[in-house]
Amino acid sequence: MKIQVMGPGCPKCAEAEKNVKEAVAEAGIEAEVIKVSDFQEIASFGVFSTPAVAIDGEVKVVGKAPSKKDVLKWLK
Amino acid sequence: MNNETNSATCACQTEAHVSGKKAKSGTPKMIVLGLVCVGIWYAIYSQLLPFSEWFSYALLGLSAESHLGSAVQFFVYDTPKVLMLLLIVVFFVGILRSFVTVDWTRRVLAGKKESVGNVLAALLGVVTPFCSCSAVPLFIGFMTAGVPLGVTFSFLISAPMVNEIALVLLYGLLGWKIAALYFVTGICVAIVAGWTMGRMKLENYVEDWVMAIRAGESGLSDQKMTWQQRFEYALDSVKDIVGRVWKYVVIGIAVGAGIHGYVPEGYLAGIMGDSSWWSVPLSVVIGIPMYTNAAGIIPIVEALLGKGAALGTVLAFMMSVIALSFPEMVILRKVLKPRLIAIFIGVVGCGILFVGYLFNAVI
Repeated sequence: MKIQVMGPGCPKCAEAEKNVKEAVAEAGIEAEVIKVSDFQEIASFGVFSTPAVAIDGEVKVVGKAPSKKDVLKWLK
Repeated sequence: MNNETNSATCACQTEAHVSGKKAKSGTPKMIVLGLVCVGIWYAIYSQLLPFSEWFSYALLGLSAESHLGSAVQFFVYDTPKVLMLLLIVVFFVGILRSFVTVDWTRRVLAGKKESVGNVLAALLGVVTPFCSCSAVPLFIGFMTAGVPLGVTFSFLISAPMVNEIALVLLYGLLGWKIAALYFVTGICVAIVAGWTMGRMKLENYVEDWVMAIRAGESGLSDQKMTWQQRFEYALDSVKDIVGRVWKYVVIGIAVGAGIHGYVPEGYLAGIMGDSSWWSVPLSVVIGIPMYTNAAGIIPIVEALLGKGAALGTVLAFMMSVIALSFPEMVILRKVLKPRLIAIFIGVVGCGILFVGYLFNAVI
């Protein structure tokens, strides 16, 4: 599983990354968490507001740091 | 001045909370609950003034004429008043924002002619959830959707400049007339500045790679939220925004209360009054490198006005602080060439100067 956290590095983006990593650890699954900060790549997802999270290429949330609970729901 | 760059950078970060699942329809129950809450809110709100008078004059035994008495009463009345206004306004703006996503805005603006587009973009800038760390993705999103550059700038100017927290604070501390002035002139600066930039044909000064981008289809565009989700989204934004700004509000009102009780009127009239022509440009120049959020700047605005500064000068200062922030320019440098950033600062700066002189002349 590949999880992409998109954001240039504002506090909300860092929060998104942290929550995703914690959720992955808690779910005990094998997943690669990648931070995407290149705007060109972010745009290729059709994402125009950060932070955003995509799992296996599918965008799950835009413009908001998801909570750990949100991420756990997506991982199921 | 609180330079809380971190929290300020994301002063408006919330966006549609979209979860794929459909929640059960609890709409009637939610609406009844909502009405009950508004009723309770109003009942408390209407008792704030008598309570503050009772608390300061009867319970603490202070005199209404004394410096301390009027400062305490001001603080005890204004703190809950502003916080309660903030709660309800942020909640309803949250509901509104659950409809108006960045993606939707992008699609609406894409098909519009320039002049209409400038007006619409300035208005949507007020309600669309977006934070300055999203300025670049948003800029790319608008460009790739074919939104004209000038229209995009109208949006980028009005989004930070006209802000619901600033509106509530201005209304709560200085009355509805000044709040309305701020709202209307902010929108006008955004419309005129964006339109002017559109006339200047500046497309060549956007970094080349932006124009070459082929943006993907938006992953989340068509998911509808239920009313329950909208309420949850609005409550989330209340928790988030009010949770972050309440301390500035309290500090600001404490400062305001001190000024209200102690500082003689007319104190600043000589330096920032309407008699000195250079006070407006000077306050804009001072304002640009300062960076704070709306909650941080309003107490300063109140302090300046309370000491006798002219309204136009203070409005110009406030607008330059909020609309022309240095960190946002640094972020925008990724997509704009320096010359375009300079023009952006110049055009918006002129608009703000105009507002400043206008109000000093009229009021």
